[in-house]
Amino acid sequence: MSIDRTTVEKVAKLARLQLSGEELDRYGKQLGAILDYIAKLEKLDVADLEPLAHAVDTDNVFRDDVPRPGLSRDAALQNAPERTGDFFVVPKIIE
Amino acid sequence: MTDAVSIRQDILSKKTTAVQVAERFFSRIEAIDPKVRAFLSINKPAALAQAKKVDEKIAAGGKPGLLAGLPVAVKDNICTTDAPTTCASKILETYRPPYDATVVRRLREEDAVIVGKTNLDEFAMGSSTENSAFFTSRNPWNLQCVPGGSSGGSAAAVAAGMAPLALGSDTGGSIRQPAALTGTVGFKPTYGRVSRYGLVAYGSSLDQIGPFGRSVRDAALLAQAISGHDPLDSTSVNQPAPDLTGGLERDASGLRLGIPKEYFGAGLDPEVRASVEAAIAALEKKGAKRVEVSLPMTEFGIAAYYIVAPCEASSNLARYDGVHYGHRSKEYDDVLSLFSKSRKEGFGPEVTRRIILGTFALSSGYYDAYYNRALKVRRRIKQDFDKAFEQCDVIVGPTSPTPAFPVGAKASDPLAMYLCDVYTVSTNLAGLPGVSIPCGLTGSGLPIGLQIQGRVLDDASVLQAARAFERELALSLPWPSLT
Repeated sequence: MSIDRTTVEKVAKLARLQLSGEELDRYGKQLGAILDYIAKLEKLDVADLEPLAHAVDTDNVFRDDVPRPGLSRDAALQNAPERTGDFFVVPKIIE
Repeated sequence: MTDAVSIRQDILSKKTTAVQVAERFFSRIEAIDPKVRAFLSINKPAALAQAKKVDEKIAAGGKPGLLAGLPVAVKDNICTTDAPTTCASKILETYRPPYDATVVRRLREEDAVIVGKTNLDEFAMGSSTENSAFFTSRNPWNLQCVPGGSSGGSAAAVAAGMAPLALGSDTGGSIRQPAALTGTVGFKPTYGRVSRYGLVAYGSSLDQIGPFGRSVRDAALLAQAISGHDPLDSTSVNQPAPDLTGGLERDASGLRLGIPKEYFGAGLDPEVRASVEAAIAALEKKGAKRVEVSLPMTEFGIAAYYIVAPCEASSNLARYDGVHYGHRSKEYDDVLSLFSKSRKEGFGPEVTRRIILGTFALSSGYYDAYYNRALKVRRRIKQDFDKAFEQCDVIVGPTSPTPAFPVGAKASDPLAMYLCDVYTVSTNLAGLPGVSIPCGLTGSGLPIGLQIQGRVLDDASVLQAARAFERELALSLPWPSLT
């Protein structure tokens, strides 16, 4: 099975990945081969099973809603590829 | 004097100093890392300064930490404030974390000396380090071969004596498989036993940090130092850390070794099979009991894993946007093309593949067919283990179906690479502790790994069984040839 270019293009767009036509075809082919392998899961009857998202039991963890120290602005911004003062820079979104 | 426990004793008894130890390991790194390429960065000045602090503390009569003066190599997907943390990805090439991972904080508190950051498959996705955006690490036993992955740099560093200890991370076998391929001990603790705070997320319900060492005792020492509850990781198990080092010498008599027939089927290299079988027989002679068990879901593990992990990855890696940190494209028209171009330029092929796969499997119309079905199979896999553990204490088999393979052998076939993980992915899907220890060498001199898996939270039994095998096999592996 090969995943057609339209589908890969749609998925790449959802994933915010700008791929060339050649890349769309290559990933489509590879994705198809992987999904062919994964299709073996269809052989299993899992109708009665609950999905297992976490193997070790976990409860939701809450902490008291009180202020505590966090990263300083400078530390939080230290890796920003572009910053202005205390802000991250993005292209204009609203005209 | 190469094992961590003895080095620490010699430092404490003032036969040597932490500075001398660090200098010796740096000479080794400088001499052989150009061949092995285990490290992405080393930080000698910071390491020597830390070693000096440890020496001063000991001289002043302070209480030495569990890892006093021990050099530790750290996988480069674990955040360190004083060194880059690249995940072997171009997207994080210049990233410098503003905080330390909890495990790194613990290393510092226990007086360890962090020597450098080790290579990996980009974002820990791979089984060979060939997916590193920077270079491929080499197997010290045969430089034409891969060291395994994704924690291949950490494994190679320990195998080649460039550090007595290292940290890796294991999402589907990424500690155990490289340990097997390099003749080291690699331990993946129970999910939640070690804090993931500061581990760059790949598959959050599967990821776990763990140690590499050249002996079970060394690996247990490092595991001890990093285990325990952390309020900064909400999936961290809220229980005191167990004693992992105290009971290690426990006798193997009466230990029930579950041997799953599915781990010895087609695809297993005959030399690996023979070596693992011989190790089991050796422990049986010491009174361990062999119990045949069945894990019928083994053949579905990889299929379930390669849905669950990419789905989680596609969500976790959405944070790389070219805005907050990491690579930002130079050419863009609007905010969407800023995201899409930065990500395209920053991610390598395997990461891109897994993001596409995960996004596809989670997308509307496919979610039930893929993601939900995989989670149901995951339930079945866990039930398999629960049933097997009714009859045995630990499950024993090969870690990897083959010894180390040549660089390039599987690089162009993603699925062939995925199949390396056949015996290791289910451990993560079920959250179990697992360890790989060396059990022999092939005719061509490559290490063979034996895997022991245990019940959830029973990390101590896994390490005790590993130590029993190690004691009984009494392998004295030569140093790798570095050719």
